[in-house]
Amino acid sequence: MLEQIEGSQAVAKAIAFCRPEVICAYPITPQTHIVEGCAKLIREGAIQNCEFINVESEFAALSVAIGSSAAGARTYTATASQGLLFMAEAVYNAAGLGLPIVMTIGNRAIGAPINIWNDHRDSMALRDAGWIQLHAETNQAAADLHIQAFKLAERLSAPVMVCMDGFVLTHAYERVEIPDQAQVDAFLPPYQPRQVLDPSDPYSIGAMVGPEAFMEVRYLAHDKLLQALGVIPEIQQEFKEIFGRESGGLFHSYRVEDAETVVVTLGSVAGTVKDTVDELREDGARVGVITLCSYRPFPLDGLRYALQGAAKVIVLEKSLALGFGGVLASDVRMALQDTGTHVHTVIAGLGGRPITRKSLLRLFGRVERGEIKDPHFLDLDLDIVRREIDNQRGQITAGPIAENILREIGPRAAKVV
Amino acid sequence: MVSAAEMLSVAAFLEGYHAQAFPSFGSERMGAPVVAFCRLDNKEIRLREPVMTPDALIVQDPTLLHQVDLFEGLDTRGYLLVNTRRSYRDLGLGDYVKKFPPHHISTVAATEWALQYVGRALPNAALLGAFAAVTRRVTLESVVAAIRQKFPGKLGDDNAAAAAKAYDSIRTN
Repeated sequence: MLEQIEGSQAVAKAIAFCRPEVICAYPITPQTHIVEGCAKLIREGAIQNCEFINVESEFAALSVAIGSSAAGARTYTATASQGLLFMAEAVYNAAGLGLPIVMTIGNRAIGAPINIWNDHRDSMALRDAGWIQLHAETNQAAADLHIQAFKLAERLSAPVMVCMDGFVLTHAYERVEIPDQAQVDAFLPPYQPRQVLDPSDPYSIGAMVGPEAFMEVRYLAHDKLLQALGVIPEIQQEFKEIFGRESGGLFHSYRVEDAETVVVTLGSVAGTVKDTVDELREDGARVGVITLCSYRPFPLDGLRYALQGAAKVIVLEKSLALGFGGVLASDVRMALQDTGTHVHTVIAGLGGRPITRKSLLRLFGRVERGEIKDPHFLDLDLDIVRREIDNQRGQITAGPIAENILREIGPRAAKVV
Repeated sequence: MVSAAEMLSVAAFLEGYHAQAFPSFGSERMGAPVVAFCRLDNKEIRLREPVMTPDALIVQDPTLLHQVDLFEGLDTRGYLLVNTRRSYRDLGLGDYVKKFPPHHISTVAATEWALQYVGRALPNAALLGAFAAVTRRVTLESVVAAIRQKFPGKLGDDNAAAAAKAYDSIRTN
């Protein structure tokens, strides 16, 4: 049924239809309304045979999830930002053990300085842990990807993170087609664990592995993620057959066929980019956009093929590898190595800075005129940055940078937007 | 304010619009200035930037009028609705609102209606009723349905009554 609904509540409903058996979460910031919604659905009886375990930290949340998944229960949790970092050790363990846990990341910035708003540096910090990472562009995609995530996780026996932009999606009301139980049941069979801790047939999971076998075990974890490159499109097709919607897959192309310049991006900003692309197309510019749905595994070959006609690629990312540059951009460069295609790195939207059509139009113009250096920081106030660099160079007791910058922009901070 | 944008999006959805509502601040807390946005369209809304040039502006707390530049980006062909029992002239905005078509600007004593009908100073429902009357973009029926969806039972009835009263107060003016 089509509903006007908050993103977090749409996801909670989608999770409910997946018949989870254990949901464990730390309910306090940084958390979204998703687990609150799930708890309510359990209490109301909308989710049967499911235990909600309120835990004392994110580390405990994922540790409990590991235990329940290993015991054969379909398991879900959610976190973001600092919460994801706090569970980092367990994130690697869940993947290393091959447990099909599904976890939502309501993407948010990481401190210090404290910032609760959206960017991608949280899930990027755990990108190489061995989890599949899917990114939602809309709340419809977020709801659909969670349903696909359980199937994907269980088919491969690997954990899946569904990343959706904090606030931009999690707190946004928009229309979402909410599936019904019969559809989800037809799509998602009951969980059959590949490995299970069973007292009547005991064996160990997570044994010590020495140098004689560790490389092989790690290689197989890598191979499992590469298998996902084939399984993700299969599940996209199976989903379409039952729900009638295009959702999921490795990436989505928009007006790319004849495009000379293609933006590659992740998440909800793709909508703003598409509107900008339409505007530029009206003026005759040949531009398009590719939105990655699967960030891990990274579709190197598919992307290389999709970008073969492009002369220039702009990677627009809400992440930054400090002391290096773009994160997504270096992956895209890997896909395009030896092709001669020029890749621009554009860092944007850190800590919730809005990414506007106006800024994107200016960016396209500057790329066209060859004016930007790599990496480019969208809407960065260079004057303030330069003054603070001079300040820090000039005196050994220059004080904390974040507070100095806040003092500098004081009058502007009074503006509400 | 965040709930008002959400309910407006639901009312618009019920009339077949594509609607998108979102807050500008994640850390909403009592007392802090909060902005919430709502977009209505006849096609899918893909844009995720904040609304910087609104067609309509609802000011829930008139004490903000002279603290922040609330009217930046508001076109004088647009709509303006302020929650106050005072007039625009008394608020020091007499000259500013002269630039708008007269039927595009209105004030509504939404907090008074809320206190009278709901018993608490929560003016969202009355503001939405008034918004429907001023802009005619959504009907009072859809606003009331959205309110009842958000607040079931007596609370919904009371808020719906406040919305209807605010709607009538503008239509009969």
